[in-house]
Amino acid sequence: MNFKLHIWRQENAKTKGRFETYKVRDISPDCSFLEMLDILNEQIISENSKSGNQNSKFPIAHPVCFDNDCREGICGMCGLYINGRPHGNDDGVTTCQLHMRKFKDGDEIWIEPWRAKPFPVICDLVVDRSAFDKIIQSGGYVSVTTGGVPDANSIPIPKRHADMAMDAAECIGCGACVAACKNASAMLFVGAKVSHLALLPQGQVEASERVKKMVCKMDELGFGSCTNTYACEAECPKQIKRQNIARLNREWICQIFGGNHKPQD
Amino acid sequence: MILDSKIPEGPLSEKWTNYKTNQKLVNPANKRKLDIIVVGTGLAGASAAASLGALGFNVDIFCIQDSPRRAHSIAAQGGINAAKNYQNDGDSVERLFRDTIKGGDYRAREANVYRLAEVSGDIIDQCVAQGVPFARDYGGLLDNRSFGGAQVSRTFYARGQTGQQLLLGAYGALSREINRGTVKLHTRSEMEELVLVKNNDGVECARGIIVRNLVSGKLERYSAHAVVIATGGYGNVYYLSTNAMNSNGSAAWICHRKGAFFANPCYVQIHPTCIPVHGDYQSKLTLMSESLRNDGRIWVPKKIEDSEAIRAGQKKANDIAEEDRDYYLERRYPAFGNLVPRDVASRAAKERCDAGYGVGPTGLAVFLDFSDAIKRLGINVVKQKYGNLFQMYQKITDENPYETPMMIYPAVHYTMGGLWVDYELQTTIPGLFAAGEANFSDHGANRLGASALMQGLADGYFVLPYTLQNYLSNQITIGHITTDTPEFDEAERSVLEREERLMNIKGDKTVDFFHKELGHIMWEKVGMSRNEASLTEAATMIDELEKEFWQSVNVPGTIESFNPEMEKALRLADYFELARLITADALHRKESCGGHFRTESQTEEGETKRDDENFMYVAAWEYQGHSKPETLHKEELNYEHIKIATRNYKN
Ligand SMILES: Cc1cc2nc3c(=O)[nH]c(=O)nc-3n(C[C@H](O)[C@H](O)[C@H](O)COP(=O)(O)OP(=O)(O)OC[C@H]3O[C@@H](n4cnc5c(N)ncnc54)[C@H](O)[C@@H]3O)c2cc1C
Ligand code: SF4
Ligand code: FES
Repeated sequence: MNFKLHIWRQENAKTKGRFETYKVRDISPDCSFLEMLDILNEQIISENSKSGNQNSKFPIAHPVCFDNDCREGICGMCGLYINGRPHGNDDGVTTCQLHMRKFKDGDEIWIEPWRAKPFPVICDLVVDRSAFDKIIQSGGYVSVTTGGVPDANSIPIPKRHADMAMDAAECIGCGACVAACKNASAMLFVGAKVSHLALLPQGQVEASERVKKMVCKMDELGFGSCTNTYACEAECPKQIKRQNIARLNREWICQIFGGNHKPQD
Repeated sequence: MILDSKIPEGPLSEKWTNYKTNQKLVNPANKRKLDIIVVGTGLAGASAAASLGALGFNVDIFCIQDSPRRAHSIAAQGGINAAKNYQNDGDSVERLFRDTIKGGDYRAREANVYRLAEVSGDIIDQCVAQGVPFARDYGGLLDNRSFGGAQVSRTFYARGQTGQQLLLGAYGALSREINRGTVKLHTRSEMEELVLVKNNDGVECARGIIVRNLVSGKLERYSAHAVVIATGGYGNVYYLSTNAMNSNGSAAWICHRKGAFFANPCYVQIHPTCIPVHGDYQSKLTLMSESLRNDGRIWVPKKIEDSEAIRAGQKKANDIAEEDRDYYLERRYPAFGNLVPRDVASRAAKERCDAGYGVGPTGLAVFLDFSDAIKRLGINVVKQKYGNLFQMYQKITDENPYETPMMIYPAVHYTMGGLWVDYELQTTIPGLFAAGEANFSDHGANRLGASALMQGLADGYFVLPYTLQNYLSNQITIGHITTDTPEFDEAERSVLEREERLMNIKGDKTVDFFHKELGHIMWEKVGMSRNEASLTEAATMIDELEKEFWQSVNVPGTIESFNPEMEKALRLADYFELARLITADALHRKESCGGHFRTESQTEEGETKRDDENFMYVAAWEYQGHSKPETLHKEELNYEHIKIATRNYKN
């Protein structure tokens, strides 16, 4: 398969970026999207090493930078905005799980980084998502230290609640929800963590404090507010549900007015 | 040099308690005066840093990725072992210990393995307290599954994402310490050098590291009273493996160059159930969790004509009648069936494919079939248990495993070898510790499924917080260590020189070109089976390739910038040296054991044949300079508790 790629190139956070156009040929349909970019990068390097970095058909000598690691949809490191959709045109997958068979031969593909104020560009398609870590650091955990905890089976947890907690805990922190949202809201990401912990007895103790701290941190870091369009849910590769945002709101109200934190469906 | 493994006195089951009772501690006021560097934020690194931070030490933690949560541990699928005996099926610390020693083919240190089994239950308690959503049964209690090499169900799991959930638990604990200010986080930071400084007795101790800031490309200096290496395994020396793209062996190798011994490098685990290779552009291999062998049955056609027809696309798996299927694991190993340990299952798959019975377009694949399970349990139960794995398989291969059997083939997965450590997890360099996959400690010649997560968390939560204190207790008077010294100058200069040398080659080949070539040599000649001829050949090929690399690699861009090609080149440069050591170790170990299969040493049935008389030791190698043969030191293994036997999974 052959493709024409329009790729966002930006040297670093301070410089202005622009689209550059590249062509790739003879790509196998079984090739993953990132492997296709590997092939492009191999071409850029080879071409420039031969032409001594001058008069090359590639005006930018260094290969296209993009984040990735596990390449199997679990680390949350990859994330490209492909033809206007975070993680591209397939449902329930990350960019690294997207395969070229999802495109048509001859397609033009537009590739951009996440665009959201709290995620500044570092280089080309790589952005800085440390804001997510900061939100978690503000309280997205159960405050236990190592050792001195009760036996794991001492508190039975209804399977239904454990399963719902797991549904929420599957979030990989990729940031697609923020990139998809016109307000750059992080409500799905935060909602997922708040729900995961609030659904379990171990996490309920701090539920009020947690939601307050995380939401304040999210605001402070410049994420926008949620206006219930749910573009986040539509683009989330782990299909994290909007119900998690509702649960967050419920926890938020509880912490203001008081109320019980017993999990509800 | 005599290797002192510092195994405590007393009967096996009391050693750890004895150690803890008699070790030295650091009082709370003094903990604040002590700095610790932890390199790596996987299960081992994150759990260690969180626990040490909570105790009150000052910790600096480093990782390559943009967030600690993305360490390779996140990808672990199947589960974590613990001797809880919640299923009342006869499990115990003793049994987990025995299974692990046996699974490792009697090449692991008894005392370490026993301690691992002993703390395994605490790990589960800790994780549940953190809010790890393990699978539960309808009564609300924890559920278990079985993994290879065990006849009990002791594996705890969170769907097919156990590693993710455990790591998020540790990441939460780590985040809490970052918030409290006890731990400082450095992301997109790669350790490039270890700094040694002489103590008052003239002994060189680990005192700091040089780090490449991956965003700016600048080098940074960090000092500490102790350094912990928790940087994972070196499986990517094979290029294609189930490891993440950034997994690498460099941090361990850097320590090795500085004097830390490297143990058992040839023990590499090849995992039997991975999605087969499909093209030369491929960048990694995807694991299909071992848990699938609980319910999936592995087979190839009985008749070679059927295999040929399948390869040619004329027949499909479902066209082969039941009586024409060879469930070769069930046939050869009736007692364990599809749940034999990984090395056994991998070699059996290779044996069938080499004999011409393989399936798939390349002939290098076998079937993993769920039709019986679907019949027995119903599609919904199967979906619940393995849904995300099936989805992952379908996304990659475009085939529906609910309808046609999966195709799988072995792939490089885990490295049992690593930095040599004593009972305290200290390397041969004082003050330098190693945890998780980066050390060699607990798995002998083969690791059992679901035991790496257990080991990483045991090291980080329950071992290092004790043993590091024992070391640090006599460092209190040293005070903060400055980085403004000749030792740091020299270390930084050596890194810069290396970077400049790579940058200035300006050759015409990419880093990946060389990495693929190296991977090819390793897989073909130092892979699932090895012999004197293949290993000797590999050694020469590695030397030649390395030479070519240093003449014609092209690293584009500049040193001081965001430059992934530079990162890769630095790692690959170390892989050449590591590959050479793996080969030398495999060549010297003339026996077969666990994951190390020398074709010269096998039984009539093609099973591994150990040579306990000559090789019952840990091979710890000492660096002697680039491309010089390394010096071998032997740590004899003394089995006082367990009865040594031939591994037998047949009956
Ligand atoms: C696909 C897959 C599935 C698996 N499933 C299971 C399972 O079900 N059960 C099980 O028990 N085991 C499983 N394993 C094995 C297990 O996941 C690993 O052995 C374990 O997670 C390793 O943890 P770690 O903490 O030692 O290292 P890792 O998780 O690999 O972490 C390494 C850390 O070191 C950092 N690092 C590396 N080099 C440097 C450097 N030079 N400078 C700074 N930082 C550096 C990295 O950024 C990372 O943070 C699986 C492995 C794979 C590949
Ligand atoms: S909620 Fe979904 S889209 Fe957002 S970070 Fe988590 S996994 Fe990614
Ligand atoms: S690279 Fe890990 S999710 Fe894509």
